[in-house]
Amino acid sequence: MLGTQRKERIDGLAESGGDTTAGVSLAASAWRRLRRSPTFLVGAGIICAFVLLALVSPLLAQHDPALRLLEEQVSRADNEIPAPQPGFPLGGDQYGRPLLSRVLLGSQQTLLVALLATVIGLGGGLTLGILAGAFGGWVDTLVMRVVDVMLSVPSLLLAVSIGALFQQQSQFTVIIAVATVQIPIFGRLLRGTMLAQRASDHVLAARALGVRQRSIVFRHMLPNALGPVIVQATLMLAVAIIDAAALSFLGLGAADTSTPEWGQMLGSAQNFFDTHPHLAFWPAGCIIVVALGFTLVGESMRDALDPKKRR
Amino acid sequence: MALLEVRDLSVRFVRKSEPTVSAVDGVSFDVHPGSTVGLVGESGCGKSVTSLAIMGLLPGRGTEVTGSVNLEGSELLRLSRREFDRRRGKDLGMVFQDPLTSLNPVVPIGLQISEVIERHRGLSRRDASREAAKLLERVGIPDPDRRLKEYSHQLSGGMRQRALIAMALACEPRLLIADEPTTALDVTIQAQILTLLKELVAETGTALIMITHDLGVVAGMCDEVNVLYAGRIVERAQRHELFSQPRHPYTAGLMASVPRLDSPRGQRLAPIEGSVADNIPWEGGCAFSPRCGNALAVCRERAPELETVEQGRLLRCHNPIGAAEMERAHD
Amino acid sequence: MTDSSRTITGAETSPVGTDPADTLVEIDDLRVHFPIKRGIVLDRTVGHVYAVDGVSLRVGRGETYGLVGESGCGKSTLGKAVLRLERPTGGSIRFDGTDMARMSGEPLRRMRRRMQMVFQDTLSSLDPRQSVESLLVEGMRAHGLDRDGKSTERELRELLSSVGLPASALRKYPHEFSGGQRQRIGIARALAVRPDLVVADEPVSALDVSVQAQVLNLLEDLQEEFGLTYLVIAHDLAVVRHVARRIGVMYLGGLVEESDSDVLYEQPLHPYTRALLSAVPVPEPEVEDQRERILLSGDLPSPAAPPTGCRFHTRCPWRQPTRCDSERPELRDVGGGHRVACHYAEEIRDGIITPNSVEGNSSAGVS
Repeated sequence: MLGTQRKERIDGLAESGGDTTAGVSLAASAWRRLRRSPTFLVGAGIICAFVLLALVSPLLAQHDPALRLLEEQVSRADNEIPAPQPGFPLGGDQYGRPLLSRVLLGSQQTLLVALLATVIGLGGGLTLGILAGAFGGWVDTLVMRVVDVMLSVPSLLLAVSIGALFQQQSQFTVIIAVATVQIPIFGRLLRGTMLAQRASDHVLAARALGVRQRSIVFRHMLPNALGPVIVQATLMLAVAIIDAAALSFLGLGAADTSTPEWGQMLGSAQNFFDTHPHLAFWPAGCIIVVALGFTLVGESMRDALDPKKRR
Repeated sequence: MALLEVRDLSVRFVRKSEPTVSAVDGVSFDVHPGSTVGLVGESGCGKSVTSLAIMGLLPGRGTEVTGSVNLEGSELLRLSRREFDRRRGKDLGMVFQDPLTSLNPVVPIGLQISEVIERHRGLSRRDASREAAKLLERVGIPDPDRRLKEYSHQLSGGMRQRALIAMALACEPRLLIADEPTTALDVTIQAQILTLLKELVAETGTALIMITHDLGVVAGMCDEVNVLYAGRIVERAQRHELFSQPRHPYTAGLMASVPRLDSPRGQRLAPIEGSVADNIPWEGGCAFSPRCGNALAVCRERAPELETVEQGRLLRCHNPIGAAEMERAHD
Repeated sequence: MTDSSRTITGAETSPVGTDPADTLVEIDDLRVHFPIKRGIVLDRTVGHVYAVDGVSLRVGRGETYGLVGESGCGKSTLGKAVLRLERPTGGSIRFDGTDMARMSGEPLRRMRRRMQMVFQDTLSSLDPRQSVESLLVEGMRAHGLDRDGKSTERELRELLSSVGLPASALRKYPHEFSGGQRQRIGIARALAVRPDLVVADEPVSALDVSVQAQVLNLLEDLQEEFGLTYLVIAHDLAVVRHVARRIGVMYLGGLVEESDSDVLYEQPLHPYTRALLSAVPVPEPEVEDQRERILLSGDLPSPAAPPTGCRFHTRCPWRQPTRCDSERPELRDVGGGHRVACHYAEEIRDGIITPNSVEGNSSAGVS
């Protein structure tokens, strides 16, 4: 009797919600919403355009950006900068190097620096956050005190100090400095979301099931805690570009300026702001637009991953 | 004449890039002075949206409210936002489910109450404050003068709900709407609050609209009960008639699926199959028909109308529970 | 009345506790205190929340024990302590003869297979990123119950069919189900490791009324099918009375009364139980109109500073000038396994002591 009752119940349920298609995971439904979000589309479009630009820039650039092709037009005396001319649509920089080629190829370095710095910062932050969030107790206290100390120093000051620690200035210095600034931000964020997960019912349920601690941390806590961190990482890419530019601007970037980078181009253009603003305009404009692209993607991801808005 | 006349009230949520949701679909009922009217149903039946529409508290954007809500001869739905603000609190009071989020956490409760009195009754601050203390005492908060200076987080859940009721009563409204006023409270506290509400209705002649999912609360409180399902009233009756002889299969199902304190142990419950997710839209027939044990073929073709089936009872059903079935259910 | 209803549940007629071999869970003087910490660098303990403070009870094999009480009474903490999801401060928890209170590490993890939990919040208790299949398999994997893929697959389908879900649910995610269906998934997850004991903490209170009955019936069916022992924790006395044969009433960290479900309803002895019973609304106007309601004055005292003597004396309409505020009443047997923690239980029952007027607006007695 019990059996037939149950069978009817199953049939009823199968009939009412009876699609046999596979379910839609959280990530899949977030992606569905992202695809419809104009903010995301614009942001992603910008990022794709610049990544594409970075990839094909060697083909687009007509000249070697390190060569001082217009050197003879540079006049030290009256700060003369080579003007736009046939073959050189944007003219040259203060050393007579082709500006357009430098802007184009600068995308490679800038994106690479931002990406590496964020990846390193994310890696360090994840390690700290997992340690603090998964173990709690004195490990948490210790890690968080370290993070607090790092956060108490203004980020640019911290980056400058770290950059200054290195004997030789290079892009590597910039990457490490920017990454160091990001570590405590990611660490603190992840620790918070991990702790929230630790207190959640589904983690309690996993503990009650007798699931091993490692599995609880990496299967249940981390994937659920990662959402806000990934959003933050996207936003931090924008910050990293700006931070790297700031460090280069302050002269902490590569001493060798033959490989173009937008921040460093902006920095070296500072003496010509009055007379030749276009030298600063192009790299600065690129930085702003790329940063905007990452910010738009980050913001739209934040909305899409918000479980409250799920339908 | 009725104090409040709700006629054909519909609320639709219109969102860009999402299908329009019809939360309330042609609801009509009257509330007479000094009476308590219940709106009963499960989550998503439209009971709370109905109350918010009456109070004019629905967000303006993306919400379409049609029909008429007439309070003592004046049409509330046509009031401007400003006029509504003046009526609300003065003629209409509301008590919400969650007293913590309904009170301002950074303003002492005494000030929150006396502000309402000041604004609507034009008393001086000092008089309003004295009046607030009296109200707190009236709703059973001991030591009201001290409590006036306290913040909402310093009060317990029951005390907060009392404070909220005091605030709703501040201007002696003609109509009080209580939206699940005891759902967040413990049963012993619930008993206190329900008793208080009953006393207030009896003493002040305020009309009360009681919104709840709890049939037990309805049985003890309401004069007339409206059972809502999927945005429409499916059955209306006086409480004694409704409970002694539910005619709509949904009403009967609700009653049979609640474990009762006074039923013998071991008696198996008779649940309603499925969940509200199984509903069909009213345009395609009776929304409840996929879950209904009494459903006929016609139920899937044509939505039933709300009709008066006997004195004081309205029913929206093609195949209501009849006398023969009632006999069997009673055995 | 009592006898007739006992025959309905004939399968469990033997009185509980007479045969020690039939006791699955035995809790003795269990205490769970949470420290209240202050301080920025060094945490300083400034007090304790006495969530569970000296509870003793036993749950017979195959029985349903109902634990009822209002928020803050410590019933959920007790449930978690039984599952060793909270560390007890003192006392013992014997599960099938093994003391679990001091267990830790791998032995504890292995013990967890035998005791499972069903949660109140069906959404937050299921990992939103796992499909139903991986939710169900996880417990089996943790205890080495998923030896080969084919039989696991079959087992999962059987499990889903026992809780009334179609096999197609396996590939879906929790958010695609309704609350009632999610609770079925939660129950299936608990049953996947073939436990002996299931602790259900407010299993239906978050569900719609019409769905509650489905889940309650399902719990009953599963008990029969798998021979489960239940500890059902709820604030709703009607729900507990419906499912449980034995009921314990908790107030402020302690058990105040414990008895057979029908006896408790027919003849509640503790003043708090009486108030609780009288406060539960009954969906029948005639009953509601005639009920005597015992209204308690005031609110629950803080479990961080429980009153001296009887924990309930601050709100008790039957409070006496002696003993109540100075001596904490022990849970004592007044016959037939009916235990009550009140100095004056018999006098109150026999009408020798009548309720006093309690200060405040809400007077005790008829309303």
